[in-house]
Amino acid sequence: MTARQRRMLLVGLMVIGVGTAAAFALNAFQENLLYFYSPSDVSAGKAPADRTFRVGGMVTEGSFQRPAGSMEATFILTDFAHNVKVRYSGVLPDLFREGQGIVARGKLAPGGDFVAEEVLAKHDENYMPPDVADTLKKQHQKEAGGQ
Amino acid sequence: MWLWFYQLASPPHAYRLLGLWRPWLLWPAIALMVIGVYGGLVMAPADYQQKDAFRIIYVHVPSASLSLMVYVMMAVAAAIGLIWRMKLAHAVAASCAPLGAWFTVLALVTGSIWGKPMWGTWWEWDPRLTSELILLFLYLGYMALRASFDDIQRADRASAILAIVGVVNVPIVKYSVEWWNSLHQGPSISVTSKSAIAGSMVWPLLVLLLAFVLYFGAILCNRVRGEILLRERNTAWLAESSLKS
Repeated sequence: MTARQRRMLLVGLMVIGVGTAAAFALNAFQENLLYFYSPSDVSAGKAPADRTFRVGGMVTEGSFQRPAGSMEATFILTDFAHNVKVRYSGVLPDLFREGQGIVARGKLAPGGDFVAEEVLAKHDENYMPPDVADTLKKQHQKEAGGQ
Repeated sequence: MWLWFYQLASPPHAYRLLGLWRPWLLWPAIALMVIGVYGGLVMAPADYQQKDAFRIIYVHVPSASLSLMVYVMMAVAAAIGLIWRMKLAHAVAASCAPLGAWFTVLALVTGSIWGKPMWGTWWEWDPRLTSELILLFLYLGYMALRASFDDIQRADRASAILAIVGVVNVPIVKYSVEWWNSLHQGPSISVTSKSAIAGSMVWPLLVLLLAFVLYFGAILCNRVRGEILLRERNTAWLAESSLKS
């Protein structure tokens, strides 16, 4: 084996070694890397009961309620398997609306409601002009109506 | 067959060649940038949800892509330098670092400016954001490590190892949005399936991506030439060529 081949082997081993170590480490810390829990995780009791965590899902259509003149908002967060009722008092981001994916940070209240300290809107990867969005929506409604 | 490779590795030859390439990269880059900016800011329609705020994508996505591409290039150049003891490859790796760091800063800053109105926060410890920040620290660490050696050859070898080890972070940045729940959205452009972004909005993005790549190439030519001058400052060929001009 020439010196050059040895160096090649060393560099190769270094990349494989560090890659494997990183893969193991990331796997081991999977729990801590979890940025948010889904409503199903919360229902299954996987989310911590006594400390702050994040829950992410879709705001259920028609579930958003905020009495006039109040900052107290409630809505239902769903992953289409389980629901979590969220209570939040404060300013909501621009993209917040029903049917939109959001991430809320807070704690579970004794009643099972999630009391959020912060609500962030999660934007998806879809970008389109307004007229295209309208057409898609109409088409969607037509399909749903035809069933 | 390998003749061109060895010729490229010879500093006087590389110095001349890089000088020849530079305008062929720089002028198309500038032209494409003008087209892309006009397309992105004027011709592309506003987004159905984000309105005009989505237009920051035209700077954010190319910078973020380049921040990863430049790192891969830096690590490959460092590995070639280490294995083949090729000084020019080390010069390329050293030249990549500050450029990659700037692309990373640009990606983080534009992302943050977009994140405030859209997500409702400047910064979140989300997997994508955190791994991109680590990428910035890798670039900065690489530059700091190089700067801490007086001997350029030792700086080359030590920093090459850091560059190669750090390459493990590149797939983490790229796939963070798929491996973990993250606030950051998934990729809108896909090579294998249909893009999630409308055609009228995507073409300026692709034009700008190409413009950024060419611009990076042009600036890299410049920086590598500078590195060659620094490394070869006491050689006969430089003395001769400077006497001639």
